[in-house]
Amino acid sequence: MSETAKLIKGATGDWEVVIGLEVHAQVASRSKLFSGAAVGFGAAPNEQVSLVDAAMPGMLPVINRFCVEQAVRAGLALNARINSWSRFDRKNYFYPDLPQGYQISQFKDPIVGEGEIEVEKDDGSSFTVRIERLHLEQDAGKSIHDLDPNWTYVDLNRAGTALMEIVSRPDIRSAEGAAAYVKKLRNILRCVGACDGDMEKGNLRADVNVSVRKPGGELGTRCEIKNVNSYRYIQQAIEYEARRQIELIEDGHAIHQETRLFDPGKGETRSMRSKEEAHDYRYFPDPDLLPLELDPAWIAEIQASLPELPDARKARLMKDYGLSAYDAGVLVSDGARADFFEKAATGRDSKLVANWTINDLMGRLAGAGHEIQDSPIPPEDIAGLVKLIEDGVISSKIAKDVFERMWAGEGRPAGIVEKHGLVQVTDTAAIEALVDKIIAANPGQAEQVKAKPQAIGWFVGQVMKETQGKANPAAVNQILKAKLGL
Amino acid sequence: MSELTGLTLKAAIEGLKSRAFSSEELTRAHSQAVEAARPLNAYVLETPDHALAMARASDGRIARGEGGPLEGVPLGIKDLFCTRGFRTTAGSKILEDFTPTYESTVTSNLWRDGAVMLGKLNLDEFAMGSSNETSAFGPVTNPWRARESNQQLTPGGSSGGSAAAVAADLCLAATATDTGGSIRQPAAFTGTVGIKPTYGRCSRWGIVAFASSLDQAGPIAKTVEDAAILLRSMAGHDPKDSTSLPAEVPDFPSFVGKPVKGLKVGIPREYRVEGMPEEIEKLWQSGIAWLKDAGCEIVEVSLPHTRYALPAYYIVAPAEASSNLARYDGMRYGLRVDGKNLTDVYEETRGHGFGEEVKRRILIGTYVLSAGYYDAYYLRAQKVRRKIADDFDQAFQKVDALLTPTAPSAAFALGDRTADPVAMYLNDVFTVTVNLAGLPGVSVPAGLDSKGLPLGLQLIGRALDEGTLFSLAGAVEKAAAFKSKPERWWA
Repeated sequence: MSETAKLIKGATGDWEVVIGLEVHAQVASRSKLFSGAAVGFGAAPNEQVSLVDAAMPGMLPVINRFCVEQAVRAGLALNARINSWSRFDRKNYFYPDLPQGYQISQFKDPIVGEGEIEVEKDDGSSFTVRIERLHLEQDAGKSIHDLDPNWTYVDLNRAGTALMEIVSRPDIRSAEGAAAYVKKLRNILRCVGACDGDMEKGNLRADVNVSVRKPGGELGTRCEIKNVNSYRYIQQAIEYEARRQIELIEDGHAIHQETRLFDPGKGETRSMRSKEEAHDYRYFPDPDLLPLELDPAWIAEIQASLPELPDARKARLMKDYGLSAYDAGVLVSDGARADFFEKAATGRDSKLVANWTINDLMGRLAGAGHEIQDSPIPPEDIAGLVKLIEDGVISSKIAKDVFERMWAGEGRPAGIVEKHGLVQVTDTAAIEALVDKIIAANPGQAEQVKAKPQAIGWFVGQVMKETQGKANPAAVNQILKAKLGL
Repeated sequence: MSELTGLTLKAAIEGLKSRAFSSEELTRAHSQAVEAARPLNAYVLETPDHALAMARASDGRIARGEGGPLEGVPLGIKDLFCTRGFRTTAGSKILEDFTPTYESTVTSNLWRDGAVMLGKLNLDEFAMGSSNETSAFGPVTNPWRARESNQQLTPGGSSGGSAAAVAADLCLAATATDTGGSIRQPAAFTGTVGIKPTYGRCSRWGIVAFASSLDQAGPIAKTVEDAAILLRSMAGHDPKDSTSLPAEVPDFPSFVGKPVKGLKVGIPREYRVEGMPEEIEKLWQSGIAWLKDAGCEIVEVSLPHTRYALPAYYIVAPAEASSNLARYDGMRYGLRVDGKNLTDVYEETRGHGFGEEVKRRILIGTYVLSAGYYDAYYLRAQKVRRKIADDFDQAFQKVDALLTPTAPSAAFALGDRTADPVAMYLNDVFTVTVNLAGLPGVSVPAGLDSKGLPLGLQLIGRALDEGTLFSLAGAVEKAAAFKSKPERWWA
């Protein structure tokens, strides 16, 4: 099922936006696609450049087997066909940060063919996005225009780094859907280890193709928005671009196919080059490289080595831990969250663990701008906290206090409970004495409760107040009912 | 000149081994010959000091009873091979001041085996040419002249410097490269032996690229055996070149002199081209007779797509070249001519840096790869290429090797064909097919024409079957008994 469109109102009626994405994901490899040079973030300019990367005369590319393996892993995880025969082509154009004068890419015969993934939106709905292809290619270097008024500087550290370009079919119908697709893609790539998904470093970025049409009508002319590198920007760019195109059409203008840039500062897209100005890349098979032939046995080996993928894990979390689709979805949206949960849930009430992980811990982490990997509270301590609740040592209410103290770094849950005397009072004799005392002091209330049993809550509150919340609520209720003859 | 420069590679190796002379003596003699032969313009860089240092080191190893198969022998290196610390120009102004920090695999193999470098040899710019006249450093003059003539002739190209240097005894042997005939045609024009091995036999790593799917290194030498000795050292699998073949290197010299009795040699009828001088046809017939006498069975074969080879070659080679030469953009190394903006810098740099022939091929290559023309030209040429390879496959079902002329004429005068590129391209008519099919081909001097200029015969073999070629070439060499040398008019 492709995404249900969220229609946009225009002056002439409703419009549907049609979106396809080309995601560039940097392969999580320590060396480049065709040279042995290191790949790393934060090296000084031009420190990670080999003779091949600098395109010195007579230098030749040699394919990096690890990068090929990652592309296959990614392809398998996208439920896609792995092409046992693929080929590298040269995409020719001149630019100072492209030392060879061509980018080695895959044009006609990509390593991965058609696939599809299931994408979940925040509202709980889900839809299918078809993947057209995934291919391997080299990244270019970086041109730095703002260091000098008259000169452009070039840093070739990135030149030759392996990218996977993942092209979707135009199956997306909303800005949120596009963001959800990239999130899902990122999650899958991270799950199999093919890409670290670090969008801030530009290790995952998207070219977004946007067109608009009347619902169910012919596809409109698309514009491509280049290099958008956050979920928020993807959404903003699509919303702006769809609105821009609708206004143009409604004003009687035509959309011209072009490449546009998103300006995050202004929240708008602007023209970069028209179709007429587009390069003629003169693609042809790279004669320095042999066709890439993959042994089916090797593909099977890679398939067997894949970790559990997010969709399968979600199903398992629902089945094995009794989680809701929503909770399971939240946990598997980042493998580290699901790992955390599963560690904490071993032998514990899994729904309680899920609640504490998702609502309390992840809420606090999000507030602090952290991921679960940075959590100051380890999974064992969430498990410990839940065990204290399960054993009736503390109430859920006290547990909130204990959690705050854990977050503040006071230590492990059992220690905190002991140190602050937070152990729940389950000594029935003590509670009975207290109940007797309160009933005796409030005969009027006692009479009322007999007539109106739901008013028992007032007595519970009194007991809790006297015990500073430490009385076991179940025990209090039971004793009150007995004493009041309910 | 001393008689040391007149030695074959084989004789020199034996002389060094038996201490009849030292590498220092041998090298000095050659460096002096190189200096004296400057009018030929064969060398674009002479490295006599470096040569002497290498020679002394070799003498040391020989004295200790060590040393490789090429220990102490002075060689010339085509200036397309990158040499660490020594300017490597590819015959182009755009690389006029380029000194690599790395050594090509082929030359590394030679130094590993003990060879001595005399200097870098002139060539057509980026190996694009058949007469050495496109070199930014001026043409090489063929040491051969017609009888009773002072006219300066071309040594052929693109390995004109290599061929001239070997013919004029300015090195014991030389490295060369062959994309469409650049080893074999100059060898034929200079009375030397040149072999283009199977594509992938020699690593292309560190050789300035012209057309990657066709480029292949090989030796030019004085005798078939010398060529076999040098190729044995040059060849070998190299993981740094993805197109290098993971095949063992046979002991090529051991094939020279092996009996050729019973081998079947094909004569492709399509190689009888219109306008070919009668003398070449006659030479071809002599070659057939020699091989028959040696016990070979001669079989007429057909290579029906031969006539499409030259057009296909002049699409594929420029297409690859247009892309391979994109890196010479003035940004990182080589010539840079400044301009008002980026496009201007590109245009000025490449406009000044490249010569006419290189520009012509970049333009052709860019055109045939353009959107809308790709299918009609490049794709079609690739299909022709497949057909040509199939022709050879068919022929090699029936025969062990093919015998053809190397070039459709003897050496022509400098300046004779520079105005007509197509006439120039026709030089490659017998040689390009071999590159398109990736096969080994060797040119052997077979005689002199009526003007006293050398002519060559070409033997073409199955992929990776250089051994058979060396045996057959040895038989032709023996029967032809080609002993002529050019007169030393230059010194």
